[in-house]
Amino acid sequence: MVTEILQLLLNGAMAGTILAVPAIGLTVIFAVLRFANFAVASHATIGAFAGYVANVSFGLPVLPAIVVAFLVAGLVGLATDELILKPFRAAGFITTAIGSIALTIGLENVVRFAFGNDLRGYDLPLMRDWRFAGLRVGPQQVENLAIALAAMAAIFAFLAFTRAGKAMRAVADNPTLAGIKGINDKTIARTVSFVGMGLAGLGGMLLGLDTTIDPLTGFRAILSIFAAAVVGGLGSVPGAVVGALVIGIGEEMSLVILSPNYRSAVGFLAILAVLTIRPRGILGQRAY
Amino acid sequence: MENYLIAMAVSAGLYALMALGLNVIWGMAGQVNLGLVGFFAVGAYVSALLTLKLGAPIAAGVVAGALAAAAVGAVVSLVTARLRGDYLAIVTLGFAETIRIVASNEIWLTNGTDGLSGIPGPFRAALTPEQFNLFYLCLVAALVIVVFALIDRLAHAPFGRVLRAIRDDEQATAVAGKYPLAFKVKAFAFGSAALGLSGALYAHYTSYIAPDLFLPLLTLYIKLALLAGGVGNNRGAVLGAVVVVTFLESTRFLVPLIPGLSHVQGAALREFIISAALIVTLRLRPQGLLPEARMHPVLEKEK
Repeated sequence: MVTEILQLLLNGAMAGTILAVPAIGLTVIFAVLRFANFAVASHATIGAFAGYVANVSFGLPVLPAIVVAFLVAGLVGLATDELILKPFRAAGFITTAIGSIALTIGLENVVRFAFGNDLRGYDLPLMRDWRFAGLRVGPQQVENLAIALAAMAAIFAFLAFTRAGKAMRAVADNPTLAGIKGINDKTIARTVSFVGMGLAGLGGMLLGLDTTIDPLTGFRAILSIFAAAVVGGLGSVPGAVVGALVIGIGEEMSLVILSPNYRSAVGFLAILAVLTIRPRGILGQRAY
Repeated sequence: MENYLIAMAVSAGLYALMALGLNVIWGMAGQVNLGLVGFFAVGAYVSALLTLKLGAPIAAGVVAGALAAAAVGAVVSLVTARLRGDYLAIVTLGFAETIRIVASNEIWLTNGTDGLSGIPGPFRAALTPEQFNLFYLCLVAALVIVVFALIDRLAHAPFGRVLRAIRDDEQATAVAGKYPLAFKVKAFAFGSAALGLSGALYAHYTSYIAPDLFLPLLTLYIKLALLAGGVGNNRGAVLGAVVVVTFLESTRFLVPLIPGLSHVQGAALREFIISAALIVTLRLRPQGLLPEARMHPVLEKEK
């Protein structure tokens, strides 16, 4: 029993680390552009499929394929934000959020049009699971974990040390003041769309590496992604990591008492609980 | 063909009921609700289960479905009362998904993803299918008229004025001595009742419901209907529902005309066209075909 619970904890921590990647994407977009971008779902799907094409059609190994996933999802995010979502922002966050739902369904169907509804798997080398102290870990899971951690380290370094990253934090903190200091908010909006959606795409591929992908890959994860970002505090990058771990572990631990099908309801309950008890999330900003 | 047109008119009526419900919640009270399909599902399941499992009369089932949706709406609205709009969007969307998950998994009650079939329809046995369709159309049309009259009355009553005042400036309304939370909860419950009523009528019309019928796309259709018709305007809600159903059905005929598309590609293209239509409508004519009589703050200026 103890081993089983430890196994669930381990699985949850790994799932949470992977979930943190798209959750950071969502939260940086919220921090700078101030709207809940539901299009994260379709960009996760696009990343997963871009990585699939690179991996299966072009025979690239996982690492370069995941770079492709990041770049393609980031570029699509940049283009769709510029052409479709940007004009909505002047009309307010709710119009933008509805627009982003329409966008996510539109993009999802572009993927469905091109690839169909079939489940697809990545071309991965078969490896035996590692065992220690009664716990089981797949080598692929460890690689995914390493990729997720590397992506997070890169985004933290980007935000902490680069000029563009500092400018992004400045705009998130106080757009007016950032403008006075000569930070170009258009450039920042483009950077954040590219990076945020790129992370969503990378996360989509990481989610798919464990199982299979189909056009609904991103949409199925959206509740967990939003839950992670909201639980940690929308707009807070460290919050998204903490929130993702909470949701990842919570979803796995729920298996002890609930049927596996209720996993995705855990995210919703977590959102409700956090918003009722601590509306700004664990580390983040106010929800009202 | 006539049967098809009648069936289309029935679904336009069901959409109109939902758009009217949304108009109370969003158009009048200015509350975000992206979980419309959840309330629709609650109405459908409650009515279907009561008539199937307990043998309740259909009318009682429909009323219970609407009341259950209203109760759920009141609870959702109370729980989310303090939340800002974008959080409310997430929570309501999550709510609808959770309803669907529950409906898929509580197999002992809802028969899971296989759905409930054989839901009774009023006088279905006594009428031919054509007569039943026509009868149901009259029933739905009558209910649309009743709900429309009720909501329109509400919009012109002091209650409706307070709702619009809350939508435009909640603080000022509170200062004027109205308690916004009570009004918002009532508006949410009332709108949800219309959504639940529509769901219950849907269940008894098609005689079959399953979790897969209650996807977020339906929420988008209703948003599109209200946006096309005019947010805040009840006539606009009905007109928008007719426009959207006509549009949805015409894509059903037009898409197969494109040669060389597989079934999945056709379905994907339809959904793509619909989401593109929503984006274009939001962008070009956010006030709808029949705008509310004056500037519309929900869309013009948000906090």
